[in-house]
Amino acid sequence: MTFAYYPGCSLVESAREFDVSVRAVLERFDVEFQEIPDWTCCGASAAESVSHLMNYALPARNLAIVEREMDGVDVIAPCSACYLNLLKVDREVVGDRVLHGKVNEVLAASGLSYSGGVRVRHLLDILLNEVGAEIIRQRVVDPLEGMKVAPYYGCQILRPYSVFDNPRQPSSMTPILEALGAEVHEWDMGARCCGASLMATHQEAALESVAAILSAAEGAEAVVTVCPMCQMNLDAYQPQAVRVGGRRVPVLYLSQLMGLALGMSQEDMLVGQTMSVTETAKKRMRDKAWRVQEPSGESAEEPVGADG
Amino acid sequence: MTQVAKEAWSPGGAEYDAVLSELRDMVQACMQCGTCTASCPNGAFMDITPRQMWRMVQFGMIDEILDSRTYWYCSSCYTCTMRCPRGLKLTSAMAALKRLAQLSDGAGRRNGAFYSSFMDNVETYGRTQETMLMQNYFLRRRDPMLPLKFLPLGLRMLGKGKLHPPKGDCKGRLGPMFARAREMEGRS
Repeated sequence: MTFAYYPGCSLVESAREFDVSVRAVLERFDVEFQEIPDWTCCGASAAESVSHLMNYALPARNLAIVEREMDGVDVIAPCSACYLNLLKVDREVVGDRVLHGKVNEVLAASGLSYSGGVRVRHLLDILLNEVGAEIIRQRVVDPLEGMKVAPYYGCQILRPYSVFDNPRQPSSMTPILEALGAEVHEWDMGARCCGASLMATHQEAALESVAAILSAAEGAEAVVTVCPMCQMNLDAYQPQAVRVGGRRVPVLYLSQLMGLALGMSQEDMLVGQTMSVTETAKKRMRDKAWRVQEPSGESAEEPVGADG
Repeated sequence: MTQVAKEAWSPGGAEYDAVLSELRDMVQACMQCGTCTASCPNGAFMDITPRQMWRMVQFGMIDEILDSRTYWYCSSCYTCTMRCPRGLKLTSAMAALKRLAQLSDGAGRRNGAFYSSFMDNVETYGRTQETMLMQNYFLRRRDPMLPLKFLPLGLRMLGKGKLHPPKGDCKGRLGPMFARAREMEGRS
């Protein structure tokens, strides 16, 4: 099965490590994909606050290209906001004759039109339902045994449309993390909002959310996410969030962690691009320091029973 | 009946009226249960609760609504939309309020500076160029302290190679679509 790949703006800007790791992981699982030619911005969560029509026309443009030039294959969107915006066209435009007509009138300005047959899927959906936990388990060469990971889903892959996971208690990352050999950190912050663009407009509110999420990750070796906005908020603003009650913890993309378990290096997965990953954290991941019982102890290499 | 209702609102342009009527339709069926308020992660920062806001929309208290900061604190997490027992699209209603405010006065435009900067960026470059987006946002806000707040982050991002000069690959690609939409929505 071939997919149309929609990276979205973040993945070619500040979240390049997400793009690089997603491509590497999909290739490793023989998922064929092709980038949508000449794709443009989906409008993120800003379009709706400016123009009702562009909110639908921007994502529809990309689907129109897939429909016309890629035989209407399914789309993979790794970014949550992109995913929701593309999905919204399917749920809100297709079937609404008046709105659909207007959206096509806007698209006509670029010589395009969209009739509505393209299915939009999130990366997590593909990993879970097309690749599957069993295949993932089989390909793991460097299991993350004993590593406690907090799965962070954010908002827009879960809400308002629940497609492949429960928006109240999401769990779609659990089988994947377990297939990697990791332990799932139990918490109830997985679906809590990170503040999204309030980080730019009303930082005090967003920082409070980020601090609450980070402090709930206590005991986890890393937080993993599948959204560039969530990652940015939890990662880059960590120094400020720590000042209002958060904790320091590496915030990685799920695909980066998968890449590591599949035997790819930290350099290949651009782990060094992540601001919350300190040199110590990198070393811990390399040495699998979490296997040692004492989390703060020196790297005791001796197996149990070797001393005394 | 529609005429009486209409006069309760401040006068505005065609786009303003369209957004307003869209908004009223969206929350007309609100039964004031308060689930939205209880669900909102940013509720503590709002001056009017979301539940109250929908009532005010039903009552036509437009000036009070636009003076509020409530809708600017919506982070589009869709929790209220998902939980609303009436199935109302409350997150979209918050976005409609942001549109309305930007159509009205200076304060609305200043508060909406991030969103409008974002859309300008997309219109110009086709794909978001983060560095230019933030510059444009700072200029629109006309707050000299604002860039300083983001300076430490900017420097760390620069150090990680996360900032780039704008790319022109899709430059101007979306211009015609933006122009058509503006025309259709009656915006200048």
